[in-house]
Amino acid sequence: MDILLQQLINGLTTGSVYAIVALGYTMVYGVIQLINFAHGEVVMIGAMVAFTVIMALLGANLPPAFIVICGVIAAIPVCMAIGYLLERLAYRPLRHAPRLAPLITAIGMSIILQHIALLIWGRDPLAFPQIIENTSFTLGGAAISTVQIIIILLAWVLMGGLTWFVYRTKFGVAMRATAEDVRIAALMGIDADRVIAATFVIGAALGAVAGVMVGAYYGIAHYTMGFTLGLKAFSAAVLGGIGNLAGAMLGGVLLGIVEALGTGYISEVSDLCRWPLIGQMLSERCSAEGHLVLFGSNYQDVFAFLVLILVLVFRPSGLLGERVAERA
Amino acid sequence: MKRRTLGLILVATALVLLPLVLTQIGTAWVRITNLAILFVFLALGLNIVVGMAGLLDLGYVAFYAVGAYTWALLASPHFDLHLPFWVILPLGALFACIAGALLGAPTLRLRGDYLAIVTLGFGEIVRIFMNNLSAPFNITNGPKGITRIDGLKIGGLDFRATDHFLGLDFTGPVKDYYLLLLLLLGVIIVNLRLQDSRIGRAWVAIREDEIAAKAVGINTRNIKLLAFAMGASFGGIAGGMFAAIQGFISPESFVLNESIMILAMVVLGGMGNVWGVIAGALLLSFVPELLRYSVEPLQRAMFGRMLIDPEVLRMLLFGMALVLTMRLRPAGLWPEARHRREMSGADR
Repeated sequence: MDILLQQLINGLTTGSVYAIVALGYTMVYGVIQLINFAHGEVVMIGAMVAFTVIMALLGANLPPAFIVICGVIAAIPVCMAIGYLLERLAYRPLRHAPRLAPLITAIGMSIILQHIALLIWGRDPLAFPQIIENTSFTLGGAAISTVQIIIILLAWVLMGGLTWFVYRTKFGVAMRATAEDVRIAALMGIDADRVIAATFVIGAALGAVAGVMVGAYYGIAHYTMGFTLGLKAFSAAVLGGIGNLAGAMLGGVLLGIVEALGTGYISEVSDLCRWPLIGQMLSERCSAEGHLVLFGSNYQDVFAFLVLILVLVFRPSGLLGERVAERA
Repeated sequence: MKRRTLGLILVATALVLLPLVLTQIGTAWVRITNLAILFVFLALGLNIVVGMAGLLDLGYVAFYAVGAYTWALLASPHFDLHLPFWVILPLGALFACIAGALLGAPTLRLRGDYLAIVTLGFGEIVRIFMNNLSAPFNITNGPKGITRIDGLKIGGLDFRATDHFLGLDFTGPVKDYYLLLLLLLGVIIVNLRLQDSRIGRAWVAIREDEIAAKAVGINTRNIKLLAFAMGASFGGIAGGMFAAIQGFISPESFVLNESIMILAMVVLGGMGNVWGVIAGALLLSFVPELLRYSVEPLQRAMFGRMLIDPEVLRMLLFGMALVLTMRLRPAGLWPEARHRREMSGADR
């Protein structure tokens, strides 16, 4: 099997999910210039709610696709409600406070959400049932599964839909105007509070779908899954240029691919026995153990962070973004 | 003035007698108090970063981990190194300081929220490295952690042994307590002096208005970096003490939740106010311990089984502390006078 192509397909799948989550970060950031710290938790709750619904319907002898759709449809309103609550409790009351204040409240909310999820769904990882028949197709020497195809297609449909919404509807215009300047938008008769709340809610709805995607792809859901996922999606948003919709999509896919390629090749690259000088120095251990892998695939989660740091050092505005102000 | 001196003497006597009283209740409470003092250290260190300079650091526990692992690796059978206290503790502070500077340099010129998320990620990265740097060369011993770490030994005084003095038993934890108290006194003095110093005023200026601070000639980037590195080195010292007192460390002790706990202490107590932060740290150290001892029997008595794990309750408490403090009393329970004006928006 072709490893490169395989990793590209895997990267495209996770990257599409990252892109969907990154859109939630970037939309909120675009409108209020603040990071929605609890967005990862919203995604996690989406996965959990869908899990509960899917498990409940499992015995009812319904078509599998219908069950999954029910799961998604149940997760979306729950996440939307949480997104709305977040905005009302953590961001709106502190809109005129120093920047530090809403960030701290949002961190508090995300801890609360995480531990409420722990209380409801328990400490152990939940195994998503494999109800959609997961057939693999071969594509030029690499395998692509039904779940992967569905995730990629659905992600792009959602992104297309969002782009249409933001650029072609009246509400989208209001959103872009608010992002440009809240006060002037308000002078033009736009209800900024409503627009900001709607931005959180739309981001949360996308997050719900992403949560189900992650659950279905990895087959697992856990109350801490939102943390790493959120961090990666945020890195993706920064990579693409935070506040920029197309940037979030591009950043998500790129990050997914970087991560997949990095994870695929790092054990080979960091195998000390393959290095000319060090390999000789360690020849005794190399001949005994075969490989001396410095960084294995267990360092997978490091790549997103490396990308984030590199972007912040060399191009803080991201690939497609405008210049980030230095003002703290 | 007289009343103040009297008050000080009373507080000092109480602090000196405290471990002896606590020993009567149970040595466990002396250990809990020691950990609480360590958290006061950490909260004061984070206070420099979050409270004074206004930079949100969500991965503070990473610097604590750097200090703890420095101690554990240089004074344990793991590498068979047994360096003395005077060498390791400054080294731990130095390494933590370097880590802080390396992390701060690329991010501090950007907006505050970037720093928050980068530090959040950094905390996670440090944990991944602690967990995985056991192969092919065993450096951190992975998730199993490092055991049999050397205790404190200063001169002829061994902090693991029990000494008899004036007819009283001074056990290991009691002696640790006195040492920690002494260190704490030093840390508090440093913090109070910092607060009133040129640097401290520069930090507050940056927190309140960075552009104005720049305009009056403060090198904002370097001063922010200094806050970040200094906060980190306090974390490093606390980490070293933690390793020495516990004798065992593993990545489990350095997770995100700990960072959140320290942040909650600073926020609840009152960002920027040394006394407020100390009070916040003590409050949030002891309340969860009390919960641990009360919630379980209470729940068993009322419902016949455990509904909410005290650990979960603890985290919910921290989350609520963050949200409610920011919503109801944004400058904290014991606010710094200037900060109260700023957080209430009166300066705008």
